[in-house]
Amino acid sequence: MSETTPTTAPAPSSGEVLPEVPRLPDRLVDQLAFPSRDTYHRMVAAFRAAGFEMCADLCAVDYLTHPGRTLPEGVNPERFEVVVNLLSLSVRQRVRIRVQVPESDPAVESLFDVYPGTEAMEREAYDLMGIVFTRHPDLTRILMPEDWEGHPLRKDYGVGRVPVQFKEAPGPR
Amino acid sequence: MTGPTDDRGNGDNRDVTDRDATDRDGTDRNAADSEDELGLERTEREHREADEHRYFVAETSEGAQELRPRRTTAAGELRSEVGAVLRLPEGGYIDPADIDVERREDQTMIINMGPQHPSTHGVLRLMLELDGETVLRTKPVIGYLHTGMEKTGEELTYVQGATNTTRMDYLSPLHNELVFSLATEALLGVELPARATWIRMLMCELNRISSHLLWMATNGLDLGSTSMMIYGFREREMVLAFFDKTTGQRMNHNYIRPGGVAADLPDGWEEDIDIICETILARSYEYDELLTGQPIFRDRTEAVGNLTAEEALALSMTGPILRSTGVPWDLRRTMPYLAYDKLDFDVIVGSYGDNFDRYSVRLNEIRESIKMVRQIAEMMPPGDYRVQDRKVTPPPRARIDESMEALIHHFKIFTEGFRVPEGEVYVAIESPRGELGCYMVSDGTSKPYRLHIRAPSFVNLQALPLLLRGGLIADAVAVISSVDPIMGEVDR
Repeated sequence: MSETTPTTAPAPSSGEVLPEVPRLPDRLVDQLAFPSRDTYHRMVAAFRAAGFEMCADLCAVDYLTHPGRTLPEGVNPERFEVVVNLLSLSVRQRVRIRVQVPESDPAVESLFDVYPGTEAMEREAYDLMGIVFTRHPDLTRILMPEDWEGHPLRKDYGVGRVPVQFKEAPGPR
Repeated sequence: MTGPTDDRGNGDNRDVTDRDATDRDGTDRNAADSEDELGLERTEREHREADEHRYFVAETSEGAQELRPRRTTAAGELRSEVGAVLRLPEGGYIDPADIDVERREDQTMIINMGPQHPSTHGVLRLMLELDGETVLRTKPVIGYLHTGMEKTGEELTYVQGATNTTRMDYLSPLHNELVFSLATEALLGVELPARATWIRMLMCELNRISSHLLWMATNGLDLGSTSMMIYGFREREMVLAFFDKTTGQRMNHNYIRPGGVAADLPDGWEEDIDIICETILARSYEYDELLTGQPIFRDRTEAVGNLTAEEALALSMTGPILRSTGVPWDLRRTMPYLAYDKLDFDVIVGSYGDNFDRYSVRLNEIRESIKMVRQIAEMMPPGDYRVQDRKVTPPPRARIDESMEALIHHFKIFTEGFRVPEGEVYVAIESPRGELGCYMVSDGTSKPYRLHIRAPSFVNLQALPLLLRGGLIADAVAVISSVDPIMGEVDR
């Protein structure tokens, strides 16, 4: 477990806003929040209770070759980041939750019990980035074949390393 | 992968068995092969058939991604396969093993639909548990069109990136280009000229029309109306001919680029737009006669594949599926991008969330889009169609002939690309299928560090177990069609 300190209490109103984040003109400001892995699930559940009805998107980023990114005070940069985009239809606002996930133990809690719609997205993040979502009901590969080795979207995944061949397909007879 | 790979192709079945036996469970089962479970001797032919069966199952199986018998499926997975979405109040709990208890396992069967089933609109593979003709459980198995476009996007510059994203959702390529360009521009912080914005809106609304028309066509075909198929393709062709004239291609345009659009509208575009709008609007009322009022069509669509608003929100449904349940959520209205706040249009909502509502939402969105296209054509501002920022836009063709610097600059932009400041951004637009999002991370170089596309079809597919549960397998075809999955976007 990493020793990141929670930067925000799990309450929706206290999500941090980074002023230097670029945004589109005349678009509502996206809120940003940086929970630690321990507070991540509680924070998302708190947002859900506060009226963020939908989890619009969930993806993971591998910051292996770009470690010096801008993060608020108190957040330790780790190799992986899971990015969750929540959407509130009632107040027409988005919030983006970025949680740091270390390389040594790439696991976070699944959001499936809060937002059932994250099932496929978490499987995709697991498949392509190798993030393990604990308590996910069916954490299997979704886009790659079942016996694929490695997680292709990782930055240290050798492109062209694997000869293109699906399953144990026999050659031309 | 443990099996030897170099001994294939010699036609010896024994090799296949050896490899298979070690692959499947790591034990040598050859000893047991001579007897089946009843202890009877097998003939050589039966041996060969058993070997072939096991070999082909091993070759085509996706293992745990597939639908498995109930006794080997965990409770959580089972719950989502039967379409249980909403949570019970605190403390409430239903054991999924108690669902369908009146059906014994030998009364049901698991069948495979796809990936080459014609009505699955591509390479969607569904595994269904059936009791007679009633669908009990569903699991979509996807990935047959996965080409790693997000990974490819990390290797292409921002100038080249739109050629990649445009191939994701091949029925609304312009929306994909738009979301990529908007994300890049948000990171760059460039301000677009008004005409570029309005041309983008015009093209995107036309694209929505063509996409919905193709959906009408294939949906008609799935429900047995071949006429609708022909009409839908015919009308779509008009829009594609205009795209061809404007962008040079019918699909995969690479027309909307970071910094504007690739070319101005062609001469006489107003007349073309007039003809398109007039014809398609008039013909949309013919579709009414052909489908909307037709008893067979209504029987096939009404009260089939119902979805409530709560379920749609919990499953992150967007687009026509969400609106058909009565939630007036359209990003063009609720979180306007481009200049949609200057247009007058209605957000179409349904009330029951069934197939018929999804059909009528899409049909009426065609009419709304026509309304919008007419307004855009009227209000189209003059001016430049791309930003005149030399950092982003290549110099005009005429300058290249007379200025060495312009030539160098042109060369640099197309080989090296332009640098985008460090940062991350999530941009979402309303594509014909729902919220199309782009999460882009830049590390300050000329290529995106991470490009993630939130594909609406990918997310919308999650509704299938719920929509199909309890329905007939004949309706499954109609429901899949009404979800409108585009496999290029699902698998990316």
